Amino acid sequence: MAGKVESQELDLTKLDKILSRYEGQDDALISVLQGVQAEFGWVPQGAIEHIADAFQISPGEVYGVLTFYEQFYLTPRGRNTIRVCRGTACHVRGTNANLRTVERTLGIKEGGTTNDFKFSLETVACLGTCFLAPVMMVNRNYYGKLTPDKVETILKQYD
Amino acid sequence: MARVNSPKELEGLRQQILSERDPNKPCIAICAGIGCLACGAAKVVTVFKQEVEKQGLKLDVDIKETGCPGFCERGPIVVIYPEEICYLQVQPEDVPEIISQTIKEKKVIDRLLYIDPTTGEKSTYESEIPFYKNQHRLLIGQNIKIDPRSIDDYIALGGYKALAKALCAMTPEQVMEEVDKANLRGRGGGGFPAGAKWKTTRDAPGEPKYVIVNADEGDPGAFMDRSLLEGNPHSVIEGLVIGAYAIGSHEGFVYVRQEYPLAVENINIAIKQAGEYGLLGKNILGSGFDFVIDVHRGAGAFVSGESSALMTAIEGRVGEPRPKYIRTAVSGVWDKPSNLNNVETWANVPLIIDRGADWFRSIGTEGSKGTKIFSLVGKVNNTGLVEVPMGVTLRSIIYDIGGGIPGGKKFKAVQTGGPSGGMIPEQYLDASVDFDELTKLDSMMGSGGMIVMDEDTCVVDVARYFIDFLCDESCGKCVPCREGLKHMREILNDIVGGRGKQGDIELLEGLSRVMKKASLCALGQTAPNPVLTTINYFRDEYEAHIEEKRCPALVCKELISYHIDPDKCKACMICGRECPVSAISGGKGLIHIIDQEKCTRCGTCFDVCPTRFRAVKKISGEPVPAPVPEAERVLVRGNK
Ligand SMILES: Cc1cc2nc3c(=O)[nH]c(=O)nc-3n(C[C@H](O)[C@H](O)[C@H](O)COP(=O)(O)O)c2cc1C
Ligand code: SF4
Ligand code: SF4
Ligand code: FES
Ligand code: FES
Repeated sequence: MAGKVESQELDLTKLDKILSRYEGQDDALISVLQGVQAEFGWVPQGAIEHIADAFQISPGEVYGVLTFYEQFYLTPRGRNTIRVCRGTACHVRGTNANLRTVERTLGIKEGGTTNDFKFSLETVACLGTCFLAPVMMVNRNYYGKLTPDKVETILKQYD
Repeated sequence: MARVNSPKELEGLRQQILSERDPNKPCIAICAGIGCLACGAAKVVTVFKQEVEKQGLKLDVDIKETGCPGFCERGPIVVIYPEEICYLQVQPEDVPEIISQTIKEKKVIDRLLYIDPTTGEKSTYESEIPFYKNQHRLLIGQNIKIDPRSIDDYIALGGYKALAKALCAMTPEQVMEEVDKANLRGRGGGGFPAGAKWKTTRDAPGEPKYVIVNADEGDPGAFMDRSLLEGNPHSVIEGLVIGAYAIGSHEGFVYVRQEYPLAVENINIAIKQAGEYGLLGKNILGSGFDFVIDVHRGAGAFVSGESSALMTAIEGRVGEPRPKYIRTAVSGVWDKPSNLNNVETWANVPLIIDRGADWFRSIGTEGSKGTKIFSLVGKVNNTGLVEVPMGVTLRSIIYDIGGGIPGGKKFKAVQTGGPSGGMIPEQYLDASVDFDELTKLDSMMGSGGMIVMDEDTCVVDVARYFIDFLCDESCGKCVPCREGLKHMREILNDIVGGRGKQGDIELLEGLSRVMKKASLCALGQTAPNPVLTTINYFRDEYEAHIEEKRCPALVCKELISYHIDPDKCKACMICGRECPVSAISGGKGLIHIIDQEKCTRCGTCFDVCPTRFRAVKKISGEPVPAPVPEAERVLVRGNK
């Protein structure tokens, strides 16, 4: 599956456009990677090599940065991203039951993507809305004071 | 926008802004912080705009989208000026009534007010609500009055006055002295005196010097800095410029967590607006002082909030800490002297310059001056952001402001200092919020996370949770932190998994000692705190897990069994359908029974049993009752 998406051909002109925004800035690697991810939804293998060339560093160094930070994805993502908060406030208010429900309903684990590319599931350290704990986000929408049955209803709303 | 070239022109601008505003004109302020947005504030704003138009009031009413005043749990929050009527949990359906009743008829709508759950008393004004009444909101109090995207709103309330005073009426030394005298201590965790740090950077050889705002806010469960940056970004900018002037820096950075897009947006807008007025850039306010600010977005790693890691991240490299034989204040970004302070620390600076160190020192305790913002969350009735003077007791925050523990449950512990802090038990609830006092209890002030836990929280599980978090977040560069955390995680996993052994507690204590001493950065040095405090204050719970294989709070999955209460089961068959391993036998009209041999303790049945039945029970440390005999399994309709 991943191979298929990869073969959709990386649009190098888009990539070069992102690179040109930061031309001459040695400190812009992270910004470029953020730009790539915003454009493609993930950071494709081809882009890594191209970026390494542009910064005159090894692809390994780019990998180092990519794997250090949680926000970067090295595989294609589902159309909807679910982010279940595992922060302390959510933990003590029972977020685990909600996470279990998402995993059970979609048949994927944290970090996974459903076969139909409908959902990707992530957990995050804190969504910054701890007063709504336990919280999860689907795309840009927040859902607070969750219970397992609310989770099921919410998931049904996405396509 | 015309440039403002002197303090006099700034005051002129302020007067002009004020003269164009009628203080008696009704203004509807709607909190547009993330919390309220998450509860639907955007829709409320749209409907307000439409409704004002529809009721023909477009020219007579102002609508303002503001920053977060703190009571996020009750969002969307709406305040009506000039009366300052405070409505909570406002929904789009409420809007027409607010316009026709409150704006037109000056009538208060009771149903939208705060109602005290114990006394039933209503509060019409923000200042009457107990949650706010017991706070001292120097930093976040103005959020509900300010549109964070309007520099004029900030200037109207006296914003940038302190900057004018510092740049044009004080020498850098005088500014430095004032901050030093105020004894402003860092709000990002350690409580290091800001004045002393500033001096180090000023006196360090090397140019240029940098000043940096730490808005990485990695503590899971805290959102103080986000609210300041989103809600009142100019206060942070003003503080930063004043500090830069004292230190002799002409370039600053704001390092913001990736997860805070709105904060990034608002700080960028604020920087642009300040530049247009000449409050940033060349020759600020005609003083001859130049200063620019660049915003950097973090990429989601807790350790990047540590000073040396943050500085490497600004350089565009992987944000890992380095040994600090030379402090970052002396050699930071690109090996230049770099002064890093937390968002809240910077936001205090304009207040100190404006009102003076003596005024600042009048608030707080001997060793801790001013106020502190906490994110009060967890098992507490009123959650949100609270700002209190230093010296207030934990009890007062949790009970007077927080309204106590929900559901009549018993308080167990409060965690301050995030993953680097500790859990403070009931017997120390009268300890006051003070850098040194919290450290004495083996916790720390930290950046302001305050997580309340009740009897249903397992402290061993929470300690494991923090270690787990830190294990993932440790950059792995130094052995004591990397290996120590891994080892601790294993031991704690064993304990909560029912495989705990005699001697585990002592082993955890031993590992903690090594990590505290030998780790490279404060992540590893403080990582054992949650474990040590829980061992210290709740040793009996560790022992229950290890010796009796019992989780007193009924949290640790492997130490609990699930059992269906035959008196409560209504044979709805849901659990039987959902159990992933078909461990539940039942059928139409039959009381359901869990086969303990097959059960994997996933908890699904507990989660799915309808709340009106609550038939599935958790049991720990005692045998599961024998299943009901076959003959008694049939439910008689109308009987049960
Ligand atoms: C692992 C780790 C994470 C940290 N994260 C933050 C953070 O998110 N925000 C912050 O202001 N300080 C954080 N700090 C503290 C900073 O290293 C630094 O002490 C602080 O920003 C200095 O500002 P202050 O003196 O104004 O508090 C962290 C420290 C460590 C060791
Ligand atoms: S806990 Fe999980 S495995 Fe055990 S009975 Fe309930 S649903 Fe089935
Ligand atoms: S879900 Fe609850 S009520 Fe329904 S059959 Fe199972 S135990 Fe009985
Ligand atoms: S802990 Fe879950 S949103 Fe902060
Ligand atoms: S976000 Fe609206 S009150 Fe906090």
